[in-house]
Amino acid sequence: MKAWLVLAGALLLAACSKQSAPLYLPEGENYPQTLSEWGMLKLGDGHLQPVAEATPYDLNTPLFTDYAHKMRTVWMPKGEAAAYGEEHFDFPVGTVLSKTFYYPKDEQGRLRRNNQDDRDPSTGLTLARVHLVETRILLKQKNGWVALPYVWDEKQQEAHLELAGDSQSLSLLDDAGQTLAVGYEVPDANQCAGCHEESHGQGINPLGPKARHLNKDVVYADGTANQLQHWQQKGLLRGLPAELAGVPQNALWGHPRAGETLENQARSYLDANCAHCHNPKGPARTSGLMLNLATATGIHSGICKQPVAAGKGSGNRLVDIHPGQPDESVLIYRIDSTDPSVMMPELGRSVVHREGVEMLTRWIASLEGGC
Amino acid sequence: MRIATLSVLAVSVLLAACGEPEKPAVTHVDFQKELQAKLIKAKAGDVIDIPAGTYQLDRSLSLKASGVTIKGAGMDKTVLSFKGQKSGAEGLLVDASDFTIEDLAFEDTKGDSLKVVGGKNIIIRRVRTEWTGGPATENGAYGIYPVQTENVLVDGVVAIGASDAGIYVGQSRNVVVRNSRAEKNVAGIEIENTIGADVYDNVATGNTGGILVFNMPNLQQAGRATRVYKNKVQGNNHDNFGHKGTPVASVPAGSGVVINSNDQVEIFDNDIGEHKTANLIVSSYFSTGYTNLSTAEGFDPYPESIYIYGNRFGPGGDSPDNLELKALRISQFGLSGRLPDILWDGYVNVDKVKDGKLPPDLAICVDNGAAQLLNVDAPNGYKNISSDMSSHACSLPKLPAIELASAKAGQGA
Repeated sequence: MKAWLVLAGALLLAACSKQSAPLYLPEGENYPQTLSEWGMLKLGDGHLQPVAEATPYDLNTPLFTDYAHKMRTVWMPKGEAAAYGEEHFDFPVGTVLSKTFYYPKDEQGRLRRNNQDDRDPSTGLTLARVHLVETRILLKQKNGWVALPYVWDEKQQEAHLELAGDSQSLSLLDDAGQTLAVGYEVPDANQCAGCHEESHGQGINPLGPKARHLNKDVVYADGTANQLQHWQQKGLLRGLPAELAGVPQNALWGHPRAGETLENQARSYLDANCAHCHNPKGPARTSGLMLNLATATGIHSGICKQPVAAGKGSGNRLVDIHPGQPDESVLIYRIDSTDPSVMMPELGRSVVHREGVEMLTRWIASLEGGC
Repeated sequence: MRIATLSVLAVSVLLAACGEPEKPAVTHVDFQKELQAKLIKAKAGDVIDIPAGTYQLDRSLSLKASGVTIKGAGMDKTVLSFKGQKSGAEGLLVDASDFTIEDLAFEDTKGDSLKVVGGKNIIIRRVRTEWTGGPATENGAYGIYPVQTENVLVDGVVAIGASDAGIYVGQSRNVVVRNSRAEKNVAGIEIENTIGADVYDNVATGNTGGILVFNMPNLQQAGRATRVYKNKVQGNNHDNFGHKGTPVASVPAGSGVVINSNDQVEIFDNDIGEHKTANLIVSSYFSTGYTNLSTAEGFDPYPESIYIYGNRFGPGGDSPDNLELKALRISQFGLSGRLPDILWDGYVNVDKVKDGKLPPDLAICVDNGAAQLLNVDAPNGYKNISSDMSSHACSLPKLPAIELASAKAGQGA
């Protein structure tokens, strides 16, 4: 009898340490309280990495989030695939996207501000060299997408559901020895929707996994491949045009490809950082400023456009984009601010994205014309 | 209907914490998280009660569920203070329909206080928004701020100290703003790009401009059909502490009621007085310092079909906040003279002018006893200033009253 108990106990332990299978949750609000229950990421042997069933992905020009690094994964129920669309993919019910926000950490345990890619295609993140902050889950259910923020605990062993978000004070050290204080804000579930409801009344949708953001080469454990073609080969995507030339592609942030002009880079940056709100159906439609790619360059894209409800966000500047004059452009004033009532985007950062401001400043300086 | 009251424990802790006002504000983290969690989980029919107390918050609140009521114990009893706010562009952001908020206050938000975007059937009642340090450029832009909403009742609110507009209704339809008080803002009450608004029984005082009816270019909706009546618009002479580039930046200090680029506006039965620039200004977008380069095709910058009648004008026009108007006052009316009650910048759409004047249905009509309208002829550099009232001696069909179920139900409340 005793022996049986011991055996049962051993079996239980084995079961507990076993990786949860990816969670299929097509409906209901019984969302896991812990990230591990989702079964999207594997924590062990000093690493955090996507489970074999999940696929890591990456974007051309991403959203800036206080210099956080990001590890993204997508999982779909077995046998299901997303349907390709030039603007949006139609993901199957049950799809889970995860995005883990973290900072690299040096040997002294200091958080670093750099652009290195810490993701090993075979082993994922090395826990000793990263500080995990949060993992956001986007889940496609029968009634639509749901956004769930999970905050990593101090021991970096588990992340817990925090519907009301969280705040953390962090300090980042850059390679020049300068430190940057970050007041990192984990968004609450409503704030998630504030950005992810790109079209009013249509609920939330994924922002990153779109053709133009995903259309890039990525290093996988078994070699480099175009990400969209890789998805297709894995059975995650159907309807991808045979010729990649027909698939839109945003500029590659920090390393523009041959032929990607400053204009391409600027519009790609505005697309990823602004257009989820600043589009004709988005939350910032009330401003009249449309920074989505489909809006042609002109008054509606900000050229000589007077701000409408910017308040002190105008910075005493008369127009959103004054060609040739970045210092007279409201857009630069707002992305260069950390005052919550001034800064753009309104959420998701507490520090200025210097490299972004620098690039958009060069772009506006390069524009011709007057107001 | 579920009633969600914040836990007694959290509140008693808070009340204890609030008893030491001399200490710097400490964020009530538990209260903030609990309230935001309630807002996230709220379902139609929920009433979220916030008991009396002053609560310190440092990030914005948001609501996305329709059919929710947020209720305090009174605009001076339940106070959400955002002094030291770290994140979020507003105090509370609501993106939902069938929303009611009443009997509480928002103080010292970094940006806007209460923003409601895109919903229908909105009731904002007995809510106070205030920047407690008084008028200052660093104050948030808007107090009460419904935008792209429909069927909106703003009733009995108080808005103080906004660096743009205290009560601002933008790009909305079918709106009533009444029984409210706007004080020491740049704009007291501003109706912008809105179709169908009744603004009555309000007090606007100590602002730069009292009540504004504006149309801005490049937006998804042009406004028209606003009635401003039975309001007390008194002594709005505060220096303009708004920010250049914003629509209110061009409002001269000492403006009672200002109509800019809007059409079908009726101003009647108001008490408007003690405005050093003018009791009433009718102007075009061109008077705000912008040109055609800043307006998308299709924008109508001309104020048309304006009907001004039966108002009681007090003193005003004695010390205009505008260089051209200063010179004009002295040259036309003498050192101790005053400008007439109504100023018009004189821009007309020349494409619509026939036989030297606008068709009668587009005219600016004044039927207001001895009150005079002065055309300052801005398009021609103030050359042909005229107080000839003959082209304004007309009347227009009166606009229908706004039909709003919540306004009827709330009468006498």
